[in-house]
Amino acid sequence: MTRQMTGAKMIVQALIDQGVDTVFGYPGGAVLPIYDEVFQQNSIKHVLVRHEQGAVHAAEGYARSTGKPGVVLVTSGPGATNAVTGLTDALLDSIPLVVLTGQVPTFMIGSDAFQEADTVGITRPCTKHNWLVKETDRLSGVIHEAFHVATSGRPGPVLVDIPKDVQFATGKYTPKAPSTSHYQPQLKGDLEEITELVAAIEKAKRPVFYTGGGVINSGPAASQLLRELVEATGFPITSTLMGLGCYPASGDKWLGMLGMHGLYEANMAMHDCDLMINIGARFDDRITGVVDMFSPKSKKAHIDIDPSSINKVIRVDIPIMGDVGHVLEDLLKIWKSRGRKTNSEAVAKWWKQIDEWRSIDCLKFEQKGKVIKPQYALARLEALTKDHDRYICTEVGQHQMWAAQYLGFEDPNRWMTSGGLGTMGYGFPASIGVQMAHPESLVVNVAGEASWLMNMQELGTAMQYNLPVKQFILNNERLGMVRQWQELLHGERYSSSWSEALPDFVKLADAFGAKGIICSDPDDLDDAIMEMITHDGPVIFDCLVEKHENCFPMIPSGKAHNEMIMGEVDTSTAIDAEGKVLV
Amino acid sequence: MSALKIKKGANSHSAYNLRPSYSDVIERHTLAVLVENEPGVLARVIGLFSGRGYNIDSLTVAEVDHTGHLSRITIVTSGTPQIVEQIKAQLGRIVSVHEVHDLTVEGASVERELAMFKVVGKGDHRVEALRLADIFRANVVDSTLESFVFEITGAPEKIDAFADLMRPLGLSEVARTGVAALSRGD
Repeated sequence: MTRQMTGAKMIVQALIDQGVDTVFGYPGGAVLPIYDEVFQQNSIKHVLVRHEQGAVHAAEGYARSTGKPGVVLVTSGPGATNAVTGLTDALLDSIPLVVLTGQVPTFMIGSDAFQEADTVGITRPCTKHNWLVKETDRLSGVIHEAFHVATSGRPGPVLVDIPKDVQFATGKYTPKAPSTSHYQPQLKGDLEEITELVAAIEKAKRPVFYTGGGVINSGPAASQLLRELVEATGFPITSTLMGLGCYPASGDKWLGMLGMHGLYEANMAMHDCDLMINIGARFDDRITGVVDMFSPKSKKAHIDIDPSSINKVIRVDIPIMGDVGHVLEDLLKIWKSRGRKTNSEAVAKWWKQIDEWRSIDCLKFEQKGKVIKPQYALARLEALTKDHDRYICTEVGQHQMWAAQYLGFEDPNRWMTSGGLGTMGYGFPASIGVQMAHPESLVVNVAGEASWLMNMQELGTAMQYNLPVKQFILNNERLGMVRQWQELLHGERYSSSWSEALPDFVKLADAFGAKGIICSDPDDLDDAIMEMITHDGPVIFDCLVEKHENCFPMIPSGKAHNEMIMGEVDTSTAIDAEGKVLV
Repeated sequence: MSALKIKKGANSHSAYNLRPSYSDVIERHTLAVLVENEPGVLARVIGLFSGRGYNIDSLTVAEVDHTGHLSRITIVTSGTPQIVEQIKAQLGRIVSVHEVHDLTVEGASVERELAMFKVVGKGDHRVEALRLADIFRANVVDSTLESFVFEITGAPEKIDAFADLMRPLGLSEVARTGVAALSRGD
């Protein structure tokens, strides 16, 4: 079944064999043979971005919203180095990507040739794995293996570096086949450990499910199993930023997001629980607060496909290594076979306590006066878009946290955000990737004006492919989160955190041929949002909001879950000297 | 595969102890890591240690199975039990890594290191160096009228001890291979 063809043709053939329909990329000298092949076929759509970083984030958005790997094609040297931020972002958030880079011809490697960079060297720490392919005969096999590695086990970005002479040369094409490599991560969890967790579930008085992006990476079936488990046990559930949507926000067991800007009831439940069931989350520092005081009274179980996540930060009592979907299936089976027991009396008492915490209503805000509160803007966006077939992206900062707090997600793969790396400039290109995958859906990027400017060149891409992405910019003319930390930690000395010389966003939209909307009056907001939704094309929505609004609740640096600040009252002493060194 | 003499565990993660007991005591562990023999694989392993701030006390690498394209990296590292568990888990996560074995906890093992010492001196010092070399079963692999090069094989502690004795006798250069280790028995 082997055929002879050029390396460049092989690459396109391998992508087709892998079921790829969209590639995000930018041409250059070292990938011209590949672009020539892309030109001569119709199976794969190529999306020309305006900067390679945009290509990688777009592929992340595509991947996160479809569950399929995102594919990127860029040239050598600067093409590859511009992709590094996106690769790191995908690594930290476990997003499957296959990035193909051109390289100078093999005989010139090491000579400091034009647009040469040590791409595999530079990207080794920011990919799950990478390859430099020096023989055309190996090329198709490596690309197939790249897809296998990117999507198996804990997903992540991989990179294949392909010298130009390898693209020109002719070699044997190996069709896609089941992977024979030694890399075959274990999916099934240990049944003894799962049984131990079932026993803990049966006895728990104050249980909580702490879920994360692993549930979403495991696929829609895992979310379904999780929902079944939550409904059947009646236990409360919270989620990390990355896991939003794995359990519906409208569900009555939903506590909201946890962590640094999580909900009061979610963090208090984490602190006071007696059984914490971590499903596909990783005890990130945004979640735990100060580790020594993290949930001191609980037995902790941790389901994770990556053994290095288990006991990395928090020591757990019941470690279960395996894929969330597989483990939940076994867990439900065992729990049902033992009689579906829970300590319902104690759990009912626990819910009473949780309802008390809920009654504090930590997200309440008052929209008064003529300035739009960012919380109000998001509450209105939620009200006016929640019945749509909707995908939400965000940039990074205050707006991101408000979006996580005030928008409700009913399904997985509907929420694209940069969690681990916190990459400003992620959201706009990600929204382009999402819209490419879901042309008929409403795709909104909730942005801050500073983050949005970081990849604003992608407006050209949105226009070229007529992608009706809605850029909902909460414009406070500040780097809001930086400003908030300077207020809390640095004596209100706002060093470089005010956005000077901002463009007129409506004119900017106009210059690209997009629609611009500006809104500063709360009374006009609903109409303006409706105008944004109904416009058939890209929209830049410049929403002028309260400039010095802070994002609460907040676990200050160096504090525990039960030491949240709820509002503006006495924030001056909230963070002590030890907390100040933390980020 | 007989050249490898790697003890096969129940599964590829046999070196992991997911229920470790934690203490703050720094322990020394010898890890045997079987890796795909491909360009950059050593950089992946070393990059992991530097990137995450782990210690490398000694590291050796060589191909051990030509047909299977496998190399064996022996790493001596130190850290608290939690750190050592992390190191093993992180190593196991590298796609080019086939197996990770912690020889320090997986039963008894033997460790050997080869070293060469150049000792320069005359008269009594020279005689004493030769006498001590004999006691340590070091071989003379090069000699001039004013110098010896000794070759010594043994556990790292033995080599340290020999170095301490040679220092006052005119030790001028040392080359050590780092530790190679195998589990005992079959």
